[in-house]
Amino acid sequence: MIPPTEIAGALWHILVSGKANNDIAFTVVNTSAAIALSIVLGFWLGAALHALPRARRAFEPLLSAYYAVPVFIFYPVLIVAFGVGRSSLIAMGAMFGIVAMIVNTMTGLDRVPAVIAKTAIVMRLSPLRRLLLLRLPAAAPHLVTGIKLAVAYSVIGIVAGEFILATAGIGKRIAFGYQDFDNRTMYGMLLLLLILVMAVNGALSHWEKRLHHRFGQQ
Amino acid sequence: MKPQKYDALVLAAGFLVSWEILYLLVGADVVSAPAATLSRAVTLLRGRNFWNDAASTGIAFGYACIIGIAGGLLLGLALGLHRFAGDVADPILGTVYSIPKITLYPIILLIFGLSLTAKIAFGVIHGIFPVAIFTMNAVRNVAPVHRRTARTLRLSPVATVVMVLAPAAIPEILSGIRIGIAVTLLGILIAELFASSSGIGFALIRATEIHNVVDIFALTLLLFLFAVAINTLLHIAERRVRHDA
Repeated sequence: MIPPTEIAGALWHILVSGKANNDIAFTVVNTSAAIALSIVLGFWLGAALHALPRARRAFEPLLSAYYAVPVFIFYPVLIVAFGVGRSSLIAMGAMFGIVAMIVNTMTGLDRVPAVIAKTAIVMRLSPLRRLLLLRLPAAAPHLVTGIKLAVAYSVIGIVAGEFILATAGIGKRIAFGYQDFDNRTMYGMLLLLLILVMAVNGALSHWEKRLHHRFGQQ
Repeated sequence: MKPQKYDALVLAAGFLVSWEILYLLVGADVVSAPAATLSRAVTLLRGRNFWNDAASTGIAFGYACIIGIAGGLLLGLALGLHRFAGDVADPILGTVYSIPKITLYPIILLIFGLSLTAKIAFGVIHGIFPVAIFTMNAVRNVAPVHRRTARTLRLSPVATVVMVLAPAAIPEILSGIRIGIAVTLLGILIAELFASSSGIGFALIRATEIHNVVDIFALTLLLFLFAVAINTLLHIAERRVRHDA
């Protein structure tokens, strides 16, 4: 254990010396890629399942039980498939995040008021424009909830992957510091990661609350 | 046959077929065949090594669940009953729940050493927050008239909790417990993958390091089935309680 002042000092030292820049960039880039993948794919899969009630009914139990399975146990499988490196980490992060996005997209589309769907028919919009111009904004509050969860889950997947087996990254640096008895690096990087996660999470929660407020739901 | 069961069968069959196709496409170096994986899983189930690992994981999982659920219930109950404390704690719990707790494992290892205790502690910090959050919200959402009735009847605080609050809040609390148990299992397995000397997670990372594809797939499959079984049981329990309520 070292006092908080020293942890902050260690973090400052790491940031100023720039010795961890590669690891920080590695984690940030991979996490962004995984988040983008889960949000984009999750939205389209969610919209597709929403449009096909038959398929949705079949997949529903799978989706609701998904997070009951420790998804992380598939990381070794991903390592075997993609090798140790960026792609297996990104795949892990996306696997963690995507289902939250799918589920929230479907919930969001379910809650779109019927009058909006009728307006779309009156305006003779094509199904795609109907989805993007009317349903997407109307479902926004739930989509933001999905984004928030997808971000949190993707970060967990990627950092955990870096911890277990990876070539670089913030998680790797923390685990390495631990194995090296380098407590200052370990706590410093840990603090950095916690600050990043809390900042992103706080910003998304704020955005979510504002949207919920504006759309007058819950 | 009910349509849901039919769907589930089609889904399982589709999953097996795509697995087999994937195997034929990329080969045994990357994906192990469904049949080989199943037979390896059966061999594992017959061997003693697997059960030693399973016992090690199971003991940690059991203790972590008990401590996490009990702690989460107490914490959630206390925060749910005191509005101000709950308002203060709500965002804090939410944030703590969303941070990647794996980063805290080294600290836990420094405190407890590489031991069963460390694994349990790590499982507990995963499970305690969802249980606390759900319990807190459940207690807060109990209809005010129930609480007022309890006060009118001059129930003691313990009697209020046991006879009024608990029955009213239990369905929601069970959802929290289900999620808590799921993430506790995740925590225990991550702890074993990162650093431990026994357990299924340890066996899994050992197989990964020596690139034993069949073992990786067989262990993953067994863990997957175990997690699904637990979740199904809890779902059934939850539904039964909801029917009673």
